[in-house]
Amino acid sequence: MFKLLATILKDIRVLWRDKMGISLMFVMPIILVIVVTNIQNSTFQLVSKNKLLILICNQDTGQQSKQLITAIDKIGMFKVSQVSGAHTEKTMTGAMHDRDALLGVIIPANFSSKVVARSKNAAGKALSGFGLQGDTLKQMDNVDPLTLYYNPVLQESLRLSVAGGIHSAIQLIESRETLRSLYFSINEKQMPEKLENDLLNNKTAINEVPVSKSGSHISPNATQHNVPAWTIFAMFFVIMSLGGSVVREKLSGSFIRLKTLPTNYLMGIMSKQIVYIGVTVLQTAVIFSIGIWLFPHMGLPTLNLPSDLLALIVVTFICGWCAVSYAICIGVFAETQEQVNGFGAISIVILSAIGGLMVPSFAMQGFFKNAANLSPMHWCLEAYYTLFLQNGKLGDVMNNVIPLIIITLVFQFMTLWGLKRKNLI
Amino acid sequence: MAITDVLAVNIENLGFHYSGNEGATFSKLNLKVKKGERFGVFGPNGAGKTTLLSLMTGLLSANEGNIHLLGLDVSKKNKAVNKLFGFVPQDFSFYQELSPVENLEFFGAWFGLDKPTIRKKTDELLQVLGLEDVRNKQVQKFSGGMKRRVNLAIGVMGNPEILFLDEPTVGVDVQTRHAIINYLMELNKNGTTLVYTSHQLSEAEGLCEHIALIDDGKIIAQDNLDKLLKDYHQDSLEHLFLNLTGKDYRN
Repeated sequence: MFKLLATILKDIRVLWRDKMGISLMFVMPIILVIVVTNIQNSTFQLVSKNKLLILICNQDTGQQSKQLITAIDKIGMFKVSQVSGAHTEKTMTGAMHDRDALLGVIIPANFSSKVVARSKNAAGKALSGFGLQGDTLKQMDNVDPLTLYYNPVLQESLRLSVAGGIHSAIQLIESRETLRSLYFSINEKQMPEKLENDLLNNKTAINEVPVSKSGSHISPNATQHNVPAWTIFAMFFVIMSLGGSVVREKLSGSFIRLKTLPTNYLMGIMSKQIVYIGVTVLQTAVIFSIGIWLFPHMGLPTLNLPSDLLALIVVTFICGWCAVSYAICIGVFAETQEQVNGFGAISIVILSAIGGLMVPSFAMQGFFKNAANLSPMHWCLEAYYTLFLQNGKLGDVMNNVIPLIIITLVFQFMTLWGLKRKNLI
Repeated sequence: MAITDVLAVNIENLGFHYSGNEGATFSKLNLKVKKGERFGVFGPNGAGKTTLLSLMTGLLSANEGNIHLLGLDVSKKNKAVNKLFGFVPQDFSFYQELSPVENLEFFGAWFGLDKPTIRKKTDELLQVLGLEDVRNKQVQKFSGGMKRRVNLAIGVMGNPEILFLDEPTVGVDVQTRHAIINYLMELNKNGTTLVYTSHQLSEAEGLCEHIALIDDGKIIAQDNLDKLLKDYHQDSLEHLFLNLTGKDYRN
């Protein structure tokens, strides 16, 4: 026990004097989690709170185009700004650029007349279908399409949702006109406003409820998503310090001496595991504390800890153990510090990408969806998300913890094999 | 200390080659060092001195033959063997980020010493080797001579019965060399067997009673130093060395 304590003390002293290693393990992840959460929070708010500026050039003088603009405004996603003049694609692009707008729409000059004509035609077809005589059944030209200009920085999903919103607005205008035509054809008078509103606004509501294991309703936000994810990244980033420490010890003369002493080098490996698991737990505590106490002062959502704190501690400990086991394994097989730094950093980025830290694993297809299961970071993330987003309990994370332990044991066996193969133990 | 008939090191029919047949190769090499001796192993660059020390300390494994330290087989990788000897490698073998005290505390624990013994031994070694004033300073800021003394202190921390020294005075000033040699003589008086390699032949002449000259993986002479000088009609170890190994460059 004294040997182990002396070795732990030595490792703590060596680590404490490695200022660069400490900054890589603590300062960099903290900066990362703050920056990424801020950016993602802005994206969340872009859709929910901040409105997208949309420039609308209305070349039409009819009522329907005005109704369309009102309908687009009512969607709630957009801050509508009308621009005058006969805009072309080139001038619209210039206007969007000048006004820092991500979206632009040109409503063609004959929009209202064509919507009215098309609605009358649709109403006529409907009446004819009922066996009544409608206004006309003549072949109609389609309404000229609206042109939606968008800045390519707009994500595909957001662009599709914008197009969907504008489509709904157009459909509302066309439905209203069709209804009016039908009513007028049947009753020879204008449709009462109340009836029109009742018919058009009587839509089935969608009740959105975030689901959780515990049944409580936690609204996901950028903090709940990012803090656990980038904490895992920070844990695995100990490879830069720990892997380097193993290689340095191997390459420096101290390892030659250690091999001639009456103590097995496994004692050294055990000590490193204990010290660096402590480091990962400390990293987690620091990053979570920032999420809880600093984020609200930065205008970011507060991190809400899961109700099952024991499960949080267990998951944190096992994630840390896995990260440390990976770092030692790479350190044992690497021949130089450069190999650890290069391979370590790149492999962590790849494992985090495959593991769903950068792109949700549910969005992955085929090979990568299966490959996610091989990334320890995937299981870490799933376990944390079960706790943070679904308010799960210890029993709920077992499906994630067991594969994580298996992967960790694989790293441990590989380390032993590597040490044995290199005659280090 | 009086030399006894007990063998501190007994190498029999040693065969060794590096993978790919690079570096020194030994074949049927025999060497005996008695307990209490100050034994020097000398040879030109690439002769196999460091390889031989690595085999004796278990850092390398022999392909043939066996090596016993005080009767215990080195090849068994028994940690009891490691308790018998201390090793002072040619390279600095400690944590540069730590102070002499912190290094000695750690290596003392790995030698299997208890806390009070480590404290006592640390104070004693730092005093004897003139490191008392810098006991808590990081070793990486030390001069080469100071680092050599730290290297030696760690090697003797475990009170070894046999001390292997691979060029322990390389690159140090005259004062440090004197201090190290005097300390080694003191250790030997107290019973420690010394197995030593160096290119400082004048220094070795004063330290070693018995020597082995090796060249190209073979022992070309092995006996009491005075006897060898007499047998080969040489007046110094350096002349004996040149006489037996030639004056050509060794690459």
